[in-house]
Amino acid sequence: MSAAELARDGPTLHGPELAARLERSWSRDPGLLGWLATVDHKEIGRRYLVTAFVFLALAGVLALAMRVQLARPDQNIIGAARYNEIFTMHGTTMMFLFAVPVMDAVAIYLIPLMLGTRATSFARLNAFSYYVYLAGGMLLWIAFVLNVGPDVGWFAYVPLSGPEYGVGKRADIWAQMVTFTEVAALSVAVVLTATILKQRAPGMSLDRMPLFAWAILVTSLMVIFSMPSVALASGMLLSDRLVGTQFYNPTENGDALLWQHLFWFFGHPEVYIIFLPAVGFVSEITATFCRRPVFAYPVMVMAVVAIGLLAFGLWVHHMFATGLPRVGYSFYTAASMAVAIPTGIQIFCWITTMWLGRPRFDVPFLYVVAFIVTFVIGGLTGVMVASVPLDLQLHDSYFIVAHFHYVLIGGAVFPLLGAITYWYPKVTGRLMSERLGKLSFWLLFGSFQLTFFPMHLSGMLGMPRRVYTYPAGLGLELPNFLSSIGAFIVALAFVLFIANVFLSLRRGAIAGPNPWKAGGLEWATSSPPPPYNFAHVPSVGSATPLWDGPLKWMSGLRVDEKEMLLTTVVSARPDLREPVPEPSIWPFISALALTVMFVSSIFSPWAVLFGLVPLGVALIAWFWPKQLEPTAEPVIE
Amino acid sequence: MNTVQSVFGGQGAEGAQFLSLMTLFTVVTTIIYLLVLAYLALALWRRRRTEHTVESGDHAAEPPPQRTALIGWVALVNTGLIVLTVASFLTDRAMARTASSPALEIEIIGHQWWWDVKYTGADPSQSLETANELHLPVGVPAHITLKSADVIHSFWVPNLAGKQDLIPGRQTDISIKPTRTGLFRSQCAEFCGVQHTHMALDVTVENRADFLRWYRAGLQPAKAPTAPLAKAGYAYVMTRQCAMCHNITGTEAGSHFGPDLTHLASRRSIAAGTLPMNRGNLYGWVADPQANKPGSKMPTLGLEPNELHAVVAYLETLK
Amino acid sequence: MSSPCRASLALAAVALLGGCDREERDSRGQPVTETVPAGATADTIYPGGPSGSTVTLSPKAAAYENNAYHIAQGQQLYGQMNCVGCHAHGGGGMGPALIDDEWRYGGRIEQIATTIVEGRPNGMPSFRGKLTDTQIWELAAYVRAMSGQVRKDAVGARTDEPSNTPPLTQTRREPIVPGEDATP
Repeated sequence: MSAAELARDGPTLHGPELAARLERSWSRDPGLLGWLATVDHKEIGRRYLVTAFVFLALAGVLALAMRVQLARPDQNIIGAARYNEIFTMHGTTMMFLFAVPVMDAVAIYLIPLMLGTRATSFARLNAFSYYVYLAGGMLLWIAFVLNVGPDVGWFAYVPLSGPEYGVGKRADIWAQMVTFTEVAALSVAVVLTATILKQRAPGMSLDRMPLFAWAILVTSLMVIFSMPSVALASGMLLSDRLVGTQFYNPTENGDALLWQHLFWFFGHPEVYIIFLPAVGFVSEITATFCRRPVFAYPVMVMAVVAIGLLAFGLWVHHMFATGLPRVGYSFYTAASMAVAIPTGIQIFCWITTMWLGRPRFDVPFLYVVAFIVTFVIGGLTGVMVASVPLDLQLHDSYFIVAHFHYVLIGGAVFPLLGAITYWYPKVTGRLMSERLGKLSFWLLFGSFQLTFFPMHLSGMLGMPRRVYTYPAGLGLELPNFLSSIGAFIVALAFVLFIANVFLSLRRGAIAGPNPWKAGGLEWATSSPPPPYNFAHVPSVGSATPLWDGPLKWMSGLRVDEKEMLLTTVVSARPDLREPVPEPSIWPFISALALTVMFVSSIFSPWAVLFGLVPLGVALIAWFWPKQLEPTAEPVIE
Repeated sequence: MNTVQSVFGGQGAEGAQFLSLMTLFTVVTTIIYLLVLAYLALALWRRRRTEHTVESGDHAAEPPPQRTALIGWVALVNTGLIVLTVASFLTDRAMARTASSPALEIEIIGHQWWWDVKYTGADPSQSLETANELHLPVGVPAHITLKSADVIHSFWVPNLAGKQDLIPGRQTDISIKPTRTGLFRSQCAEFCGVQHTHMALDVTVENRADFLRWYRAGLQPAKAPTAPLAKAGYAYVMTRQCAMCHNITGTEAGSHFGPDLTHLASRRSIAAGTLPMNRGNLYGWVADPQANKPGSKMPTLGLEPNELHAVVAYLETLK
Repeated sequence: MSSPCRASLALAAVALLGGCDREERDSRGQPVTETVPAGATADTIYPGGPSGSTVTLSPKAAAYENNAYHIAQGQQLYGQMNCVGCHAHGGGGMGPALIDDEWRYGGRIEQIATTIVEGRPNGMPSFRGKLTDTQIWELAAYVRAMSGQVRKDAVGARTDEPSNTPPLTQTRREPIVPGEDATP
């Protein structure tokens, strides 16, 4: 076929005919096999989102169970052993199976659209990561249902989770679930980093990239540097428990604190991995609903990068009560205080954006306001517990439970719900109900305060964490009762939000490509986007392309094969045309082989060896080089 | 209002220092929070003469007053954080100074789910071992060495001081100088297994004379019982399951896997704060520990009624 | 439920199905009226008793034998009750080794429990009345674990002590001689 005959989009091929041919090349086979084999980032993003919300619901029900047990003193509705399983499952599910994957979900869906590209890099790795995540979540929950659920807390300190005191296979299930979710998160981090650095639209230099993309870039790099630590720690725990290594055995020169260091070296960046994407949401929503870009873009970028870097220097603040040298602790106090500075800068810049612009109080923006009002409280209690003398009283009490729920729910979940409301029209083509949205918002905001504010008090009245009951007469009755009432209203608010999501699928107002009149590239295509995202490659000249004059388009990508444009890392000059992988079943099969290997290695170390065989076969099939069609096109344009 | 297990007590030197620092932090952070809220409220609801939006055409404007305000805000936040960090550091140093010359040495070993408390003096014949209770003389700095026999626990008397973990394989320590007398309660603050909830400690801060009286009584071995029922209980305790795990100084029961029982009846609670000490609860505990503290290491013995009466009668003589 | 969900569920269920009984944590033990079978037949008292001796199986065996919680409790009791004094950590000393294939008085859990309750000639003390039935069964379960008689997923590999045994999860299952136990 000659170069002239190879169909490419452009002046001679555009409009409906182009759309139809692109649709043909970019859509996947219908049916089960096609569903399993898809590499479309939008489909994978939706799967991640639905699965993460299922886990949110499951963990939320567990929270309600805990609050029923704690509503009054000296109750025995849920016994000690079962309660310990419940709070472990609640924390583990929320942190590993909801918080990080849901941010991954939105990023996987949105980033290519925001960057003006047709696919992610490493599309099959993306698909693989979802299956691995799903397998890890199912491992944990099936184990819980079968009475093998972990009961050692979501961070599983040794020696309680070790071979002597962690009886049975419960802690092994936990540790291996961590391995699954680490593999999935690392895969997504690699996918997103490569996509953001190499696939931005021409002209979208790094200083014109959406703030959400910056947040995801920093988050992904943090994942790559922090997750290996917990994968190592949990691997060592599994090894101690399965074959009797001595990593955490103090009498054989291991150390119980080694676990804490390794875990929290991951654990602290983890909370920023959850927080930074939410920061990205807030930036995008604030810009759109204040009708102007966020104030001081370079400062915002530097703040996000600073948080990403500083987050790695704080982890010992989780260990202030372990008796390490006090002078060393002072360093971590200072570092933990320091991380409040870039966060404070961002808060200022968002509010200044509101000051300079014209705020519109639609539901996504309400969540941003709620975020500021709530998260700052959590951040300030964080400043309190960054101080060693204060932390030594407040650590491991309900004050800390209050603190982290304020920063996690206020700082991540509120922006997430705003983001879902904001991008829902892009994903589904319809708008969520504004009235139901406002109702569920106010219900959630108020009930959240009712549930978690009293916990500051119960912590200071001496209530430790992870207790299944408390004695009467310590003044804990009222705060706990209020928290329990609030928890049920929180649940109701979530139910209303989910109801809104489902009802609006059928009855929501039809949204065009840009219902909010926003400035980002994702609003330059239809709602929902076609499988190929954009018919032509957009070219940008500013950070808010849709607000700065008519969009210019580049043409020249192939139409009958899947192809995307790579650009240079810093200034996004067009560089290469890159084939996009076809749908493939091998990511699914590799994930299956990996699952078999990981699950059986809980029971026998030989499984690691034998499990590598099917995994190896699947990976070889996955990476088998494709015979490319000889082409008449010139190599360099 | 709770006065026995609360950080608001401030009845120890360290606890009082915590309260001052916490007050400073609360004031500073509340001011910052109110500033943020005020700025937010103004930004949202002020009357707008100018706006820099897409609709007005100059959405990219970044006016100088706002840039100056940003710098001012960063300076303010920095100053506030530096003040707080320095205050925190100074408080830490002050607490270390308070702890520098202890007059009382105590060793606490954490077990699943009880506290082994040993008063170690210079003279070994004057060392006292008890369980699940701590007596401290007021105004005397005490230095407590913390060890663990199994998993990580955390020793926390909120009224007096902050907490410190007990980590197997390591030795940590904490200094407490109580400044007011009173009865307080402590609770394990690091999740340590199924009965972490019921691992409390009764703390008594008393004047010197009362403390010495308690101490001297504690050094005495258990008196031999005289009443026939108590004697029968004594026989049971020595020859059956109890002596396999418990120590009663002055008798043949000398095992250290469970709490010391020598002066059990003088304590304020049973089973590390699970039940208040009284006859009925003693009956309930001895008859079926697993009902009150399921998962604890003390098994349900299946005592006959007459055995139960006898055992409890004996235990009540252990004052 | 979609096919990948169903497939993974089936796989995991198979792997974990043993979980229910293995992970039960019954801290109270069986109703206290049941007692340990006190030497069901005289044959078991003497070493190398006639093969084919019928020792009735206790229904309690199943509850303790492969239960991770009870084996772990037995492990702690083994140290606390000073079994190490005679048997070391299974290698034996004054007392016979417990990790080998030789069982003078039978290697089934009921027989071991009987040994602990009754004591045996040549120095094994009787613990009747000194330990509860539950504790005795737990010790018996742990003793079985030492020679690999229990399921490998019900034991912990090591304790947090100086390393004194090979990991129990990798211990080869020793046969019980004389005479294999005849499970019905």
